[in-house]
Amino acid sequence: MKRIGIDVGGTNTDAVLIDGETILASVKVPTTQDVMSGVKAALSHVAAHLGDTPGPLGAVMIGTTHFTNAVVERARLERVAALRVALPTGASLPPMCDWPADLVQAVDPLIFMTHGGHEYDGAPLVPMRDDEIREAAMRIRDAGVTSVAISATFSPLTTECEDRAAEIVRQVIPGARITLSNTLGRIGLLERENVALLNAALQSLGRITVQAFKDALAEAGLSVPFYLTQNDGTVALAEAAAANPVFSFASGPTNSMRGAAFLTGLEDAMVVDVGGTTSDIGCLVGGFPREANNIVHIGGVRTLFRMPDLLPIALGGGTIVDPRTGAIGPRSTGYRILQEARVFGGETLTASDIAVAAGVVEMGDPGRVADLDPAFVAATRAKMAAMIAESFDQMKTSAEDVPLIAVGGGAFLIPDQVPGASEVLRVENAGVANAIGAAMAQVSGEVDKVFSGLSRDAALSAAEEEARAAAVASGAAEDSLKTLEVEDIPIAYLPGAARRVRVRVIGDIDFG
Amino acid sequence: MLEDFPVEDIDPLATGAWILGTGGGGNPYLSTLNLKRLYAEGHRVQVMDPAALDDDDLVAVVSGMGAPLVGQERLKDPRHMARAVELMEDYLGRPFRAIMALEIGGANALSPFLAAALLGRPVVNADCMGRAYPEAQMTSFAIGGLSMFPLAMVDVRDNEVIVARAESWKWMEKISRAACTAIGSTAATCKAPRTGREVKDWGIHDTITKAVELGRAVDAARARHADPVAAILDHEGGKSLFRGKVVDVDRTTTGGFLRGSTKIEGLGEDRGAVLELAFQNEWAVAFRDGVPVAMTPDLICLLDTVSGSALGTEAVRYGQRVSVVALPAPEILTSPAGLEAVGPRAFGYDIDFKSVFA
Repeated sequence: MKRIGIDVGGTNTDAVLIDGETILASVKVPTTQDVMSGVKAALSHVAAHLGDTPGPLGAVMIGTTHFTNAVVERARLERVAALRVALPTGASLPPMCDWPADLVQAVDPLIFMTHGGHEYDGAPLVPMRDDEIREAAMRIRDAGVTSVAISATFSPLTTECEDRAAEIVRQVIPGARITLSNTLGRIGLLERENVALLNAALQSLGRITVQAFKDALAEAGLSVPFYLTQNDGTVALAEAAAANPVFSFASGPTNSMRGAAFLTGLEDAMVVDVGGTTSDIGCLVGGFPREANNIVHIGGVRTLFRMPDLLPIALGGGTIVDPRTGAIGPRSTGYRILQEARVFGGETLTASDIAVAAGVVEMGDPGRVADLDPAFVAATRAKMAAMIAESFDQMKTSAEDVPLIAVGGGAFLIPDQVPGASEVLRVENAGVANAIGAAMAQVSGEVDKVFSGLSRDAALSAAEEEARAAAVASGAAEDSLKTLEVEDIPIAYLPGAARRVRVRVIGDIDFG
Repeated sequence: MLEDFPVEDIDPLATGAWILGTGGGGNPYLSTLNLKRLYAEGHRVQVMDPAALDDDDLVAVVSGMGAPLVGQERLKDPRHMARAVELMEDYLGRPFRAIMALEIGGANALSPFLAAALLGRPVVNADCMGRAYPEAQMTSFAIGGLSMFPLAMVDVRDNEVIVARAESWKWMEKISRAACTAIGSTAATCKAPRTGREVKDWGIHDTITKAVELGRAVDAARARHADPVAAILDHEGGKSLFRGKVVDVDRTTTGGFLRGSTKIEGLGEDRGAVLELAFQNEWAVAFRDGVPVAMTPDLICLLDTVSGSALGTEAVRYGQRVSVVALPAPEILTSPAGLEAVGPRAFGYDIDFKSVFA
């Protein structure tokens, strides 16, 4: 089955066409201001190779940083309503109480807190007040707000209050787009609610973006299902993904790591993805990025949901090097590298210029860096190597040497020897590893909740069953499912052998 | 004798308290949010030197009680902490002069501030653990043989509990734990009231200052890109025990507590060695290649090697790069009566206490 993978980054838009495990075509074009013309250009280039082998195109997978950028830039966000069912608890810490002021201003929220919610053991906290929710819904409707985030205490354990609140809001506002916190996050009300609110603020952008991708595909004459890639290295059908833009926040680096796994055949390794402005170091476990198990800040908002554990380094191909002091970054030419870097005719000395001067890569006009002092070049490269070595060492989880896969447009910045790495692997097509990762993505299902009154084995198998059902609901073929992660944590003080169980399963897309 | 507690000290207090929590006491983040919001509304807190207490002043000892996980969902509200103090005043028929923390470790370092901001009472610069401990009898007041009752407990619903008497500290722990579990494993409590004399004689003094200064030292080190772990050691006169990576975390709930151990494989100078940290809510004993090298009541702190942030026993996970340090314990905890209450045998380890600092 043929697939097209596209990765829309801040600097480049990459696309590949693969058939089974063969790469038929790949292309890298600059990301355009309007995003879509770059996507169309990349798409039409690889689509031209569809006839190279027999058989139809099965799917298009798109990874995009569009949603993260909207949060970071405080742009293209919509007004939201926050509805929390938790009183009498939490009144002193209302929704968005720990958001940066400029972001609160950008989403201009309506905030409501009503009575209800649950205890850790699934018992109701207090009776839920439907009248309060109806009252809130009417005020939301009267304000003309249509995107609503609903949260409730212990909703990952029982979704009853969030479901009931959604039902009432829909009765009052039939067209409401509703984000339930339990579908996105884990235990930790404030963090989970934050994710739901970010998601609510991205609803319009999600729909607009998916529609634009759909139009671009139609223009290219491709009428196949298309998917958006997710933070965990899997994909979701575009329509479903549009409802949950937060799950695409870290898809770029995740796709690169998945692509690195595919290109090398290694399932357990470290990956460094060198972009134009920064690099990300991550860790592949069983072919997927290791997840961060802690708080991740997005645009200054504290969140806790499935995100890859990545360590960014301020070093990329466009990173500016001070010709006098040899200081490296953190500023970068970014997407203007093709105009501003010395080897491309510009006047700015970049990390790429240093690599050309050292002879480790050929691009542009090497004559334009011939004047650099070889000792300066060597010293700058040593400094870059030290930056990489330090971050690599931080992310490693075993004392033994492990392979390091270098991918991304600036992979040539990674030295051949890195302390603690058994080898540094470079692969063909490393520049479009992200698009390859997108094309290879699978579907997953996850469950994370507290079980009580069950034996450990019974709790684990109940969780696995729920995770499998979630994966199938997301489009996975049932016979391809395998369990990727099982983690359980007994809960201090709680009776009934309560434990929090997290299970994630993964499977191939069911094309049937 | 009374000093304003400035808003910019809230974060350093939390950073320091989380380190002094030795893995327990709960993450103080939500409490810092609450306190900052109270300050934004115009409330202020003053800190009082224990020496300024009159002998017959009455001091409230407050803490949030329960499972840290529940606190992540049922977000703490300062009004309930204040209500616990008022409930005790109603029961005693006497007002409190000031409020103090049960434990300076973790979120509970901020609990008296939340009540104090609303009630307009000062916070005493003292606690009765000098760190965090899991059980009611593990306090300097218990070591001093002081009375363990009454206790006031407040739920977010209209439930309030007074434990009027208890035969011993252990009975108080057992009864109050049962009530706490019944109302959802989280409660605001006001423990047995103390006189000014008792606080002066048996409190562990100046621990708020200690936590704030520790937090400031960590922040300063981070700001100048210096090693925050080294800053903690310098500031507290601590000793570095180990550096490495977490390779195994084994947690189980027995007897109402989170118990288990964390295995850390050495890096750098410690390469080839394994440190095992045993815990009961807080880190209790550190074994290097099977040999005990540090133990309660010395403070054993597990820190993120890069940021210097404390790591809790609930949150530590495989792969984290950590530094283990020991900080000196308050003197009263290393006295013979102190060791009986909080030494290694109180946690079920049949070993004699040997201080890292001896």
